[in-house]
Amino acid sequence: MDPEIIREYIPIFTQAFILTVKIGWIGIALAFLIGVLCAFTTYFKIPVAAAAVRCYVELFRNTPLLVQLFFIYYGLPAVGIRISAEVCGAIGLGLLGGSYMTESIRSGLEAIPVIQTESALSLGMTNGQLFRDVILPQAFTISVPGIVANVIFLLKETSVFSAISLMDLMFTAKDLIGLYYNTMESLFLLVIFYVIMLLPVSLAGTLIEKKVRYRMFGD
Amino acid sequence: MESVLKIEHMSKKFDDLIVLEDINLSIDKGEVVVIVGSSGCGKSTLLRCINGLEDIDEGQVLLDGETVNPGNRNLTKSREKIGMVFQSYDLFPHKTILENAILAPMKVQKRSRKDAVEEAMRLLDRVGLAERKDSYPRQLSGGQKQRVAIVRALMMDPEVLLFDEVTAALDPEMVREVLDVILDLAKQKRTMLIVTHEMSFAKAIADRILFLDDGRIIEDSDPKEFFTSPATERAKRFLRTFEYEK
Repeated sequence: MDPEIIREYIPIFTQAFILTVKIGWIGIALAFLIGVLCAFTTYFKIPVAAAAVRCYVELFRNTPLLVQLFFIYYGLPAVGIRISAEVCGAIGLGLLGGSYMTESIRSGLEAIPVIQTESALSLGMTNGQLFRDVILPQAFTISVPGIVANVIFLLKETSVFSAISLMDLMFTAKDLIGLYYNTMESLFLLVIFYVIMLLPVSLAGTLIEKKVRYRMFGD
Repeated sequence: MESVLKIEHMSKKFDDLIVLEDINLSIDKGEVVVIVGSSGCGKSTLLRCINGLEDIDEGQVLLDGETVNPGNRNLTKSREKIGMVFQSYDLFPHKTILENAILAPMKVQKRSRKDAVEEAMRLLDRVGLAERKDSYPRQLSGGQKQRVAIVRALMMDPEVLLFDEVTAALDPEMVREVLDVILDLAKQKRTMLIVTHEMSFAKAIADRILFLDDGRIIEDSDPKEFFTSPATERAKRFLRTFEYEK
C-alpha cells in the first residue's frame, strides 16, 4: 500500500463521503417521517389508509433497494418525471427505510399493555393526553433499539447508490480502481470511510438506548 | 343519606353471553360496598361498566344524577370523579412515583405543578412512600406499587373509588399493607366499591355486601348478616369454600 496514493485519494474520498452522508441522512429523515406516519395510521386502524400502509410495507420490505432505485431512476422518466440521481437516492432510501421504521415504531406502540390505556382513561385523561403522555413515550423506549438498527442498516445500504451513477463512496472506489488499478489503497479508504460514517452512529445509538431504557427497564 | 352513584337496570353482554343482568344499585356518600362472588360472576365487569371502560347494553349509570355511559361527551369528566385501582400493576413505567401521581392532576385538572407536588407528597407520606418519590415503578414491590396506584387515584379527589381485586396479585404479606391503606380511606369516609376475595377484610370494612352470581346481585345485605347467615344457598356454598376442616 502506497501512503502517497492514499494521501492523494483522501480529498476525493472525502467528497464522496460528504455526498453519501448527506443523501444517507436525508433518506433516513424521510424514512423516519414515513415510519411515524405509517405506524400511527396502522395503530389507529384508519380505514383504507391502514390497508394501504400494509401493502406499502410488504412491497418495500420484500424488494432490494437496488431494484427500487432502478425502478425510480429509470421508471419515473418513462412517465415524464425527471429527478436527479441524488433525489432518487434519498427517495429510494426513504421509501425502503420507511417500511422498516413503520414496523419498528408500530411494534413499540402495540407492545404497550391495554391496562396502561385503561388506567390513563380512568384518571379522566383524553385520548390525546393518553397517547402523548402515556403511550408514545413508552412505545418510543421500546422502539429505540429497532430504530437505531434501521439507521445503521440504511447507512450501509447507501453502497448501492453507485448503481445509479451517484458519486458516493462505493462509486468512487470502483472508479479509482478501474482507472488506476490502485485496488488496495482504494478498498482500504472505502472501509475506513464507512467505519468513520457508522462507528459514531453505533456508539451514539448504544448511549441513547441506555439512557431511554434505564427508566423503564433499569439495565 | 344522599346517593352518589346509581345504577339502573344495567345489562351487559359479550356477544351472546350475558355478563350482567338488570343490575340496580344505589350507593350513598361515604358508604363502603364490597362485592363478592366467584370468578367470572361479573364483579370486575360491573366496576368497568361503572366508569365506562366497557359499553353497557341496557340501563344507565348515574354519578350525581348525570349519566356516565360511554359515548357521553362528559365521559372523561365523569371518569375524573370515579377513581379506579386495578388488579395488575398499572403505574406508568416511564415515570417516577411522584410523576405518576401528578400527571393527571396537571394534565386533566390543569393544576399547578407546585400544588400537585405538595398534595402528592402529603398522600405519599400517608401511605409511607414519600421517600420513594423519585423511584421508578420497577424498583418498587407489588404492595408499594398498589399503594402508589391508590395515591394516584386519590390525587383526582374522586367522589367514588373502585377497587378491582387490588390484592389478588400480591404476596400475603403485602396484602396487609395495601388493605390497611384502604381501611384508612374508609375511616376518612370515602365512598368505595370494592371487589375482593379477602373475606376477613370484606367483613371488617364493608357497610354493605353485594353477592354476585351469574351476572345478578342475589344478595345485598349487612356484612354481619351475610357472613353469619346468608340468605341464599348459593352464597352459603360460596362462603364454605373459604373454610377448611380436616
